[in-house]
Amino acid sequence: MTHIAEELLIEAYYSDIGDVLREHLQECGECRAEFERLSGLLDSVRDYRVPERDEFYGSDVWARLAPDLPAAKPRTNWFRWWMLVPALATLVLVVFLAGMFTGQRQAGISEKGRERILLMALSDHLDRSQILLTELLHADPEIGLTGERDKARELLGENRLLRQSAAHIRDAADADLLDALERVLLDVANGAPSSNGLEMIQQRIDNEALLFKVRITGTDARRRGQNL
Amino acid sequence: MEWTDSAAADEARKGNQQAFRVLVERHSHSIFRLAFRMTGNEQDAEDLVQETFLRAYKELHQFDARSAFGTWLYRICTNCSIDLIRARKRRNEEQPFGGEKFPVHWLDRVASPGPSPERLTQGNQITNRLEDALKRLSEIERAAFVLRHYEGHPIEEIATALGVQPNAAKHSVFRAVQKLRRALEPVWGVAAR
Repeated sequence: MTHIAEELLIEAYYSDIGDVLREHLQECGECRAEFERLSGLLDSVRDYRVPERDEFYGSDVWARLAPDLPAAKPRTNWFRWWMLVPALATLVLVVFLAGMFTGQRQAGISEKGRERILLMALSDHLDRSQILLTELLHADPEIGLTGERDKARELLGENRLLRQSAAHIRDAADADLLDALERVLLDVANGAPSSNGLEMIQQRIDNEALLFKVRITGTDARRRGQNL
Repeated sequence: MEWTDSAAADEARKGNQQAFRVLVERHSHSIFRLAFRMTGNEQDAEDLVQETFLRAYKELHQFDARSAFGTWLYRICTNCSIDLIRARKRRNEEQPFGGEKFPVHWLDRVASPGPSPERLTQGNQITNRLEDALKRLSEIERAAFVLRHYEGHPIEEIATALGVQPNAAKHSVFRAVQKLRRALEPVWGVAAR
């Protein structure tokens, strides 16, 4: 007697099976035992709880989402604190990375401590980049990109250092992301994008899912840093 | 007036954000559930919910009103999840099954087969094996398995969500189950006796 192939047994578990197979399962003890083993195994991993979300969850999601939707809000003169924070952050990072590249070990800073500082710097940098990318996606070509250009310039130096350090410690994923981010920052910082140029930048951010990757990597970096 | 999904999507396409809000509020729970099952991590699931709706809003013009809006959202969420898992794999992290300070993996929530200590131990063994086995699935296999096993989607919908032919989707489910079986059967064999 020819037995039922594993693929068909799996199909039979998930959907209604034909009469021929059903009949075979009734007659053939070996196939029936095999099917019961498969069903038991799959049943055992079927039921698990997803963390509950209350009845207001949909409204919460909307509240977080609405500010990010294109054309939802008039442009604001945001982040005056940007004028100071990136410069300070870059300065700290330069000092830190200079020590790292020259192999000098600063007294009192363990390897873990250094890694933690680097991860937190990366997370902070990506947070600010995320804000800039969001602003770029919502930018109006009629208004121009003066504010964004300044911020891109401020982020550029920091981005370079972080990219080099990621490459240095052979973190290819972070290095790739920072490389992609740097190309956008460069375009914004150096160019005077026409509406067409801005559209291309927006398209690139979209196509490469850059905002999403920046957000995820930033969250990861913070999490990893906090766990060290 | 209660909007249908299709009417709300149509309104949202015209720039009516309140119509899109209806869709977000209606589908957030199911998208979160899918995202959590795909990643096993609450924070990642939250990020994926945001990203899914953001992409949906930007791509509303591509939504074909003849298909179900929920299925379309599932497709976007699945693709976002695949992107995330790929990025994580590239970074050689333990994600999505770790990384939090006190990670609670979704497999820890798998119902144990019985209340006795022996069964609990065996259940834990299966959970541990399953965790390892799931890490070894490709992103597509994992997505196909989650959509089939936990969400109960038919093969045709899974194929659409993954952008592959139905046969390829079916084969992905098969490969996923086969790999899980190979990994779990040694433990399950003991547990089932």
